[in-house]
Amino acid sequence: MSKPLKQIHLAAHFPGVNNTTVWSDPRAGSHIEFSSFVHFARTAERAKFDFLFLAEGLRLREQGGQIYDLDVVGRPDTFTVLAALAAVTEHLGLTGTINSTFNEPYEVARQFASLDHLSGGRSAWNVVTSWDAFTGENFRRGGFLPQEERYSRAKEFLATANELFDSWHGDEIVADQETGIFLRDAKAGSFVHTGKHFDIRGQFNVPRSPQGRPVIFQAGDSEEGREFAASSADAIFSRYATLKEGQAFYTDVKSRLARYGRGSDQLLVLPAATFVLGDTDQEAAELAREVRRQQVSGATAIKHLEFVWNRDLSAYDPEGPLPDVDPVVSEEHISRGRAQVRMYRDPIAVAREWRQLAEANKWSIRDLVINTGNRQTFVGSPATVAHTINDFVQADVSDGFILVPHITPGGLDPFADKVVPLLQERGVFRTDYEGTTLRHHLGLALPHSRLRSSGGTPMDDLRGEERVAS
Amino acid sequence: MSPSPSLHLAVALDGTGWHPASWREQVARPRDLFTAGYWADLVAEAERGLLDFVTFEDGLGLQSTHYDELDGRTDQVRGRLDAVLIASRIAPLTRHIGLVPTVITTHTEPFHISKAIATLDYVSNGRAGLRVQITARPHEADHFGRRTFPPLSSEELRTPAGQQRLTDLFDEAADCVEVVRRLWDSWEDDAEIRDVATGRFIDRDKLHYIDFEGKYFSVKGPSITPRPPQGQPLVTALAHQTVPYRLVARQADVGYVTPHDAEQARAIVAEIRAEQEAAGRAGELLHVFGDLVVFLDAEQAAAEDRRARLDALAGEPYTSDARIFAGTPAQLADLLQELHSAGLTGFRLRPAVAGHDLPAITRGLVPELQRRDAFRTAYEADTLRGLLGLTRPVNRYSPRLSAFLEPGGTPIA
Repeated sequence: MSKPLKQIHLAAHFPGVNNTTVWSDPRAGSHIEFSSFVHFARTAERAKFDFLFLAEGLRLREQGGQIYDLDVVGRPDTFTVLAALAAVTEHLGLTGTINSTFNEPYEVARQFASLDHLSGGRSAWNVVTSWDAFTGENFRRGGFLPQEERYSRAKEFLATANELFDSWHGDEIVADQETGIFLRDAKAGSFVHTGKHFDIRGQFNVPRSPQGRPVIFQAGDSEEGREFAASSADAIFSRYATLKEGQAFYTDVKSRLARYGRGSDQLLVLPAATFVLGDTDQEAAELAREVRRQQVSGATAIKHLEFVWNRDLSAYDPEGPLPDVDPVVSEEHISRGRAQVRMYRDPIAVAREWRQLAEANKWSIRDLVINTGNRQTFVGSPATVAHTINDFVQADVSDGFILVPHITPGGLDPFADKVVPLLQERGVFRTDYEGTTLRHHLGLALPHSRLRSSGGTPMDDLRGEERVAS
Repeated sequence: MSPSPSLHLAVALDGTGWHPASWREQVARPRDLFTAGYWADLVAEAERGLLDFVTFEDGLGLQSTHYDELDGRTDQVRGRLDAVLIASRIAPLTRHIGLVPTVITTHTEPFHISKAIATLDYVSNGRAGLRVQITARPHEADHFGRRTFPPLSSEELRTPAGQQRLTDLFDEAADCVEVVRRLWDSWEDDAEIRDVATGRFIDRDKLHYIDFEGKYFSVKGPSITPRPPQGQPLVTALAHQTVPYRLVARQADVGYVTPHDAEQARAIVAEIRAEQEAAGRAGELLHVFGDLVVFLDAEQAAAEDRRARLDALAGEPYTSDARIFAGTPAQLADLLQELHSAGLTGFRLRPAVAGHDLPAITRGLVPELQRRDAFRTAYEADTLRGLLGLTRPVNRYSPRLSAFLEPGGTPIA
């Protein structure tokens, strides 16, 4: 009881290229026009959210050798759209997912440092990995990275990028028009990195940015992913938003921090969460069922089953019973370009379990997929949802949530209008921004800048913010 | 339709200006270089002058007075932000002017370039382009560690081996542009169907693998980003000799060249037009712009004094690949019209001091050209292609086009 109330962190995930996003709804707008991103970002900022989150995929998904056509397809370049959003927002953090396999540290560090300058210190990087030769077909090096090396490359990639961010200390630019000294140090930005994956040297050409480094997110769930987060990330974008699973994950990752000399407040746990609001809990529950049916059309249900069965099931009726045949267990998978391929490690057992479930409940294929798939995390009246979110955060399920609306771009609006004020009334969510950088919103300290004690500098003026007490 | 302006004007933005001592001028704002506000103000000024577009210089290493190594100097501007991201940050703040950042094809993935410029086209509602650049700099290659370039001094550049290295890099750049262009076309305009009855968001028959296989790399496609508003954003390149002229002739919509007089301009334009014909693009509109460094003042003496003062501050006279002009708006208008009659369709002016010479262009040169009916008095199109008189191209993967190209196919009226 003596524990002080935790402040909740909230973020908005732009609806993604998966079946959570309901494009068939009459209210659904463009997923590519900039006006949709502006609407979404401004709603998040109006609601005083910590940040906006963008996912990324570097090859269109395929199933059965064909481009997957049932979900939203197509998205903008992450960096470019975030830089444009910096022009139409003032405080909102801008988090981009950027792949560490099909990029190089010098370039990514330049882009994040540039985004951080251009947004006045609001950039964040969700570091993801991939190894698949499938995505590699779009890049010069092809599928060069063995699966077991993806985290080792990601770790070294991030460490190298950090060396580049830190290669400028923040006081090098003098720009004294009288004396003609622009740079204090001819060696500004010097770096040498020699490692297994990167062997690079030279001088980085972007001066230190307002946050020093972008905020680092990690999204992987494996043992290696959790260690990576504990050692190197500022926040985890996790998938555990229910009470028990969330608490277990939270305890697990926070307990790993001490090994790296880090405190439990130096890594935020922010699960993805979906929501459906209604005037009453009952109305919300009905709406939620309706949304699930929109998310899982008959065609989507068959494709989802194919995903587990790993075979063509197009002859089956989605309103009929589950297939009698067993899944095909093979290294070759019917679906390519999806992270979730790894989710079903024993498809035969999953199929058996699903058949039993369907029989017991008299479910069709579509019913089964609707009922076993991702249900909405928070369903209820605004009061119920606000109450649940606060309870979860206070019970250490998480430090907040990354909300994933199912309608683009207006799906966040009801949450902003109806739930956020209730959280503010309870004193667990900010009523206005108190700082200008994303690190400030998240209560994270600025990274150690190795700033020399030389008094005020132009770069200090640019930073324009006090160090945040942790 | 309003009459097309007789010449086009772009401005090349680079730090505080092209003169290395420009940052020391009162108007220069060198401490703001790494803020969005600095770039927003410059582009707003260019847009006030109704310019066709601005380009943004970029580089994958610190600026240097030497081509193939860093110079260790501390008396000039060093450091820069990513040009694509500056352009994108400015896009929502402007409405008409084209935004053309530099991309470096030697190290940046064509897949990333393609979707970045397509996205710039979306956020600017059809005002995006790119300027292709190569780099043979060894120290920039060391930033990536994927390939090793031996030093390349200006003497070595003239040897056959040096020329071959450049030719290879330009060939690679041409392949890169080919990939970027195919990826822009890899979605047909009407690929998104949202067909609720069948549950299909896209018609996947209207998405295309590009299956590019070249000497340097292969790329599968399609892009993750749908076809941008302009269909094909503007492709531009700076060219000083035959090898890059060929790149311009094969792949560009605008080439920047550096003649020092009308006679040179005629010769360069003739060479590019011949290459254009050889590349099978004879009927296509390809702009050839002259690059000029400009010191603009109301009096010629003032411009020349300013140039001398900046040279003194820099400790040496400023030299450039482009002709350096110092004079009045009327004199510059005379020169541009002379070069225009020699075959150049427009100009990319490099302000010696951005804070001084850009406003001198927009408030001095532009009105002067308008008085001569040689420049637009209002923006006449919504897209950058439109400003340059370029139509929105038919998608290369569109079946209508294939039918048209097939022998015996029905021509489209």
